[in-house]
Amino acid sequence: MSTLTPDLESSAPPVVITGLHKSFGDNEVLKGIDLTVEQGEVVCVIGPSGSGKSTLLRCVNLLEKPTAGSVRLLGAEMTDPDVELNQVRTHVGMVFQSFNLFPNMTALGNCMIAQRQVLKRSKAEALEIATRNLELVGLSDRMDYNPAKLSGGQQQRVAIARALSMDPKVMLFDEPTAALDPELVGDVLAVMRDLAEAGMTMMVVTHEMSFARDVSDRTIFMDGGVIVEEGPSIDLISAPQEKRTQVFLKRVLDPTHIEDSELGETEPD
Amino acid sequence: MVALLSSLKPTARQRVGRLSSYLVGIIFIVLVIVVADWPTIAKQFANPEVAAKMWPGIVTIALRNTLLYTIASFILGSLLGILLAVLKVAGGPLGWFAIGFIELFRGIPALLTIFAFAFVVPIAFNVQVPGGAVGAGILGLTVVTGAYTAEIIRSGIEAVSPGQREAARSLGMTSGQTMFWIILPQGLRIVIPPMTNEFVMLLKDSSLLFIAGATVQSKELTTFARDSLSQTANATPLMMAALLYLLVTLPLTWLVGRLEKRLDPKR
Ligand SMILES: Nc1ncnc2c1ncn2[C@@H]1O[C@H](COP(=O)(O)OP(=O)(O)OP(=O)(O)O)[C@@H](O)[C@H]1O
Ligand SMILES: [Mg+2]
Repeated sequence: MSTLTPDLESSAPPVVITGLHKSFGDNEVLKGIDLTVEQGEVVCVIGPSGSGKSTLLRCVNLLEKPTAGSVRLLGAEMTDPDVELNQVRTHVGMVFQSFNLFPNMTALGNCMIAQRQVLKRSKAEALEIATRNLELVGLSDRMDYNPAKLSGGQQQRVAIARALSMDPKVMLFDEPTAALDPELVGDVLAVMRDLAEAGMTMMVVTHEMSFARDVSDRTIFMDGGVIVEEGPSIDLISAPQEKRTQVFLKRVLDPTHIEDSELGETEPD
Repeated sequence: MVALLSSLKPTARQRVGRLSSYLVGIIFIVLVIVVADWPTIAKQFANPEVAAKMWPGIVTIALRNTLLYTIASFILGSLLGILLAVLKVAGGPLGWFAIGFIELFRGIPALLTIFAFAFVVPIAFNVQVPGGAVGAGILGLTVVTGAYTAEIIRSGIEAVSPGQREAARSLGMTSGQTMFWIILPQGLRIVIPPMTNEFVMLLKDSSLLFIAGATVQSKELTTFARDSLSQTANATPLMMAALLYLLVTLPLTWLVGRLEKRLDPKR
């Protein structure tokens, strides 16, 4: 007997992933992932391109349908065909690498549409909450702008405000700063740091190692569809145990320093 | 010559293409001017007496009806097109129904559909459509328009980035809410130019309503001109009708060009 609706009061871990497999055709992208995220915990997911980080995140709120295994999100069994998917997703914010703001609405409109349509909030209430969240991400002077008129960093902060306007219990970030010019990355990371400090439960796929080390409680290193190593962020990033983690981190932290022998050993099979 | 043409930049090649079509046009006009029997042509095609007899009915009745029928079937047809496109994209049994509907009415001549709606459907189903045979014919035109615009609108829906759908769904919006608030507004914007084109085509296809027959008050441009033609044995009415069609279609075609440039993301 599994639960089909989200339990918002429970203090149980909001994300419980067990034995998660995901294949695209013959291509097995996730090969058995077990991961639990506690209330208020910030977990970073790192790993080379194609290792399945995005797929893992997208399986959490069922943007991708797992092939096998179970995902419990806010107590609801997401792989149950009868789960109240929209009801669960309402309480789980997601931020994409490509922002995905709605171009046919202003920043405010982006933050109001789901409040109005999904939560059925009154216009006044939705406006007040949207305004508050846009202020929170430092965009009080850009509320009436269309996304096309905003910089990438501003667009991503609107996207965060849009997710926050639904009062989420969990936030999922898929490389939120990867599409940004370097000088705009800081603003977005600062907003995410504030969120983490305010106690938000977060799963963050990122290549920003300093963010992972300084802000997140725990870091997961993925490669080839499995979790190769995980641990407290400071330990994992400054003193990785596994060879593959060491090679990856060395390459990311010092991109100019790549030794052929090390590259050869990154392939497990 | 071929080598020279292909060595030109695309814009230059376009210009050469346009110049040569002007050239052909000019040669044609010169030939016509030299060869033609002008007094007879003027009497047959631009006869002021005949024109005066049709004035102002050709505008106040015929052009007005043409616009009325076109706009009515365009609005209703586009709504039907949106419905069919959404059903087709959603898939399932209703999706198959939409595909069947679209292919059926794209596959048979519009004239037949209009004829069927004007005369066969009212008898077969014993229904009375407001406006009689013409009204029923307009329904036929609506159905044809629905089938054609459905494919245009579907292409617009599919041109919206999948990230839009994912963002909306991740906020808890249902697939219906996502379609209505997020996908359709963007998809419809993308297809404004081809939909305007469709309007131009429809304006011309409204002439097919002649098959429904018409009362004096319900004639559209082509029916009006044809009837005047047989009454006066003179082609001036046809020329006037053609000019009135152009009066509407040329600015619209020009507008499509402008819109395509403005909405082109590469510019
Ligand atoms: N919708 C899909 N259909 C088919 N294959 C897919 C799909 N999405 C992802 N994949 C494949 O799954 C693998 C893992 O992709 P994923 O996007 O999860 O990697 P990632 O770790 O997020 O990489 P990156 O750092 O480049 O974003 C890749 O080989 C990719 O080609
Ligand atoms: Mg990814």
